[in-house]
Amino acid sequence: MAFVTPATAKEKYDVVIVGSGAGGGQAAYTLTMEGAKVLILEAGRNYDVAKETPMFQTNRDAPLRGAGTPDKNFGFHDATIDGGWQVPGEPYTSASPEPEREFKWWRSRMLGGRTNHWARIALRNGFYDFKPHSRDGLGFDWPISYEDVAPYYDKVEMLIGVYGTNEGLENTPDSPPGVLHPAPKPRLSELLTRKGGRKVGVPIIPAHRAVMTQRMDHERIPAKLHPNNPKAQRILAADMQKRAACFWATPCGRGCAIRANYQSTTVHLPPALDTGNLDILPNAMAREITLDESGRATGVTFIDKTTGAEGHVRGRIVVLAASACESVRLLLNSKSARFPQGLANSSGKVGRYIMDTVGAGLGGQFSILENLPPLNDDGTGGMHLYSPWWLYREQLAGKLGFARGYHIELYGGRTMPAGYMVAGLDKITRGSYGHALKEDARRYYGSFAGFSGRGEMIPNENSFCELDPNVKDKWGIPVLRFHWQWSEHEIRQAAHMQRTFADLVGAMGGKVRGEPQMDGRKAIAKGGEIIHEVGGAIMGADAATSVTNQWSQTWDVKNIFLTDGAPFASNADKNPTLTIMALAWRAADRMLDQLRKGEL
Amino acid sequence: MNAPELPRIDRREAVKWMMTAAAGMMLARQRGFGADPATLAPITAKGYGTDPDLIKTYNPGDLWPLTFTAAQRRTAAALCDTIIPADAHSPAASAVGVHDFIDEWVSAPYPEQQKDRPVILDGLAWLDAESQRRFEVDFADAVQRQKTAICDEICFEPDAKPELLQQAKFFTRFRDLTAGGFYTTPEGMKDLRYVGNVPLATFDGPPQEVIEKLGLG
Repeated sequence: MAFVTPATAKEKYDVVIVGSGAGGGQAAYTLTMEGAKVLILEAGRNYDVAKETPMFQTNRDAPLRGAGTPDKNFGFHDATIDGGWQVPGEPYTSASPEPEREFKWWRSRMLGGRTNHWARIALRNGFYDFKPHSRDGLGFDWPISYEDVAPYYDKVEMLIGVYGTNEGLENTPDSPPGVLHPAPKPRLSELLTRKGGRKVGVPIIPAHRAVMTQRMDHERIPAKLHPNNPKAQRILAADMQKRAACFWATPCGRGCAIRANYQSTTVHLPPALDTGNLDILPNAMAREITLDESGRATGVTFIDKTTGAEGHVRGRIVVLAASACESVRLLLNSKSARFPQGLANSSGKVGRYIMDTVGAGLGGQFSILENLPPLNDDGTGGMHLYSPWWLYREQLAGKLGFARGYHIELYGGRTMPAGYMVAGLDKITRGSYGHALKEDARRYYGSFAGFSGRGEMIPNENSFCELDPNVKDKWGIPVLRFHWQWSEHEIRQAAHMQRTFADLVGAMGGKVRGEPQMDGRKAIAKGGEIIHEVGGAIMGADAATSVTNQWSQTWDVKNIFLTDGAPFASNADKNPTLTIMALAWRAADRMLDQLRKGEL
Repeated sequence: MNAPELPRIDRREAVKWMMTAAAGMMLARQRGFGADPATLAPITAKGYGTDPDLIKTYNPGDLWPLTFTAAQRRTAAALCDTIIPADAHSPAASAVGVHDFIDEWVSAPYPEQQKDRPVILDGLAWLDAESQRRFEVDFADAVQRQKTAICDEICFEPDAKPELLQQAKFFTRFRDLTAGGFYTTPEGMKDLRYVGNVPLATFDGPPQEVIEKLGLG
């Protein structure tokens, strides 16, 4: 039995995992393929990607032409269920009434969590990114280096399928030969950006995204990922043959019914279920981690959301992968005489150093792209080219006024028409309507492109979460209260993004839409809005200043691991999901090793 | 389905009455053009929730009741077609139901749409009143030249006279909704020559001759 109820769940498992997204999915995959008995507690409902993904639906098919609403913040067809900036009955609070000190928390209550809708941008952290403090004296070094994680990046990329190229650029690691799928051909707007980038010194290269551009090599990869494990090889080979390569249509944010991109529900969970070692209990809202007299975790107490009844499952190991802040909340809500300020919190660092990514954007209109012949720009449903950070030397020399870098994500081209597509066009057409508007729409469609900057935030003492002393969710569980503050590093970085993007638009022969916002405070997105929430239980070299060791294992309770973004000691500009998976695999290897040795 | 025609004389009388009654309030209403939601029937329907069926095809009216009166619907259709008329490439907006999409929009139980509701409804009422004042016909019955005479004054906010600024904001919003509603239909996407949303065996990128013509090689 794979999907269980509180009544049919087994009494005890080797490992109980809270959450089924990137971190929970990867941990479950690695553990079950190597024979461990695992239960996943998922707070959301079960989700059938093959049946529920709107693959060819157009915006016309959706209510309000697919526009975002409070029920579906990112649009009707977005693969988020029972989630978004607010979840009914599950509030969170802000310690400050000031809008710029607000943290916005995106949650997704469904099997696979936020992996179902993510942008599939899969960038490796580089050498500098694990040792940022050594490089510029700010933030924290990780207790591990790039070399420790690289083998796991290799494995994750081989498992999930990532397209891209190896460019040999600074702090932008190459993958070993034969790992990456071929990069898709660039679109015209991307070629134009590359040309403009050359003029202003911004390198534009193939992006890395978790989308298969060819069939999985099911004959070679399983043996590389699971040496000496014929059963795991057989299961993975069979599953890889069920995944189709991208057919160059439909946006990735809806999820992918043909399993061409990575989401936990299509890549991690199916082979894990095929081992017979994985049970999944949906609609189970974890409430507290239980301990025995010796201070070891014994399992997890949860609320069955379908009945409101409380249940408990036991495990030799408890893995938290509920999303960084949700895992923090679970630790803080697991108070005991031994841990009066929350579980695994003897350092007082649980909840500290919450990080997001710096975000700012700007777009342009490009006459060279007007009136083009019809071209299919759908491609992989996301960007084909991007710009990695390129000013490492200038930055280290102190010439930029901010300490960490950003990458640039590109958008544009002849995307599927959406309800908002002519909004703002009147400023260019001077208010045309009638036959003139129809001519203008034909002329300008596809002539817009733009940039989203995604930059590193340095952890700071003013960005953290704690339990709200007054507010509880609908099950009576205390909720999180967020404190947030960007530092000058992030604010100046956001202003630098605006200058760069305006320069790029100019170098591409375009006109900026709107005005570049040179006040970084106004240009920067709110905390949490980029949905790269990490930190809150950072890893470190000692128990006094960090929550986990280098294996994402809490210092205080050896059989608790965190495999989501919580142990991140820094938040490089690279999107965190690939690193979450690599560290989850590494942590799972540690668990297996310690289980075999009888240490856990 | 066509809206039932209202008796013409009654309607014209009604509009004249409204204009007279409203005359004294004009100054007050300038600022509040479309901003007296208390006089509008409240939207009490529920939204589609956080877990709707994403596979289904939805039509306006499927999820919450539409609220245009017959007269509003008729005026909206006329304005839709003034903004997106039929031409050699594609039909007029109302021929593919865009006015029903706008009805769905202003009838939706969500904050953004609720904010648009008084703007759109008062804008439609103003269009008829203005058409009556200048041409003694409803907007929908005005000839093209008359419709254009009205719309030309409100089609571009920076050029609008100060006393017509609220009307210009209404027109901008209505145009965005009309064009967005139209270009998301199969007919509209075809007009723009959007050729995606079909599975392909390979993605070949733009043709080499286009790349070279644009100097992007």
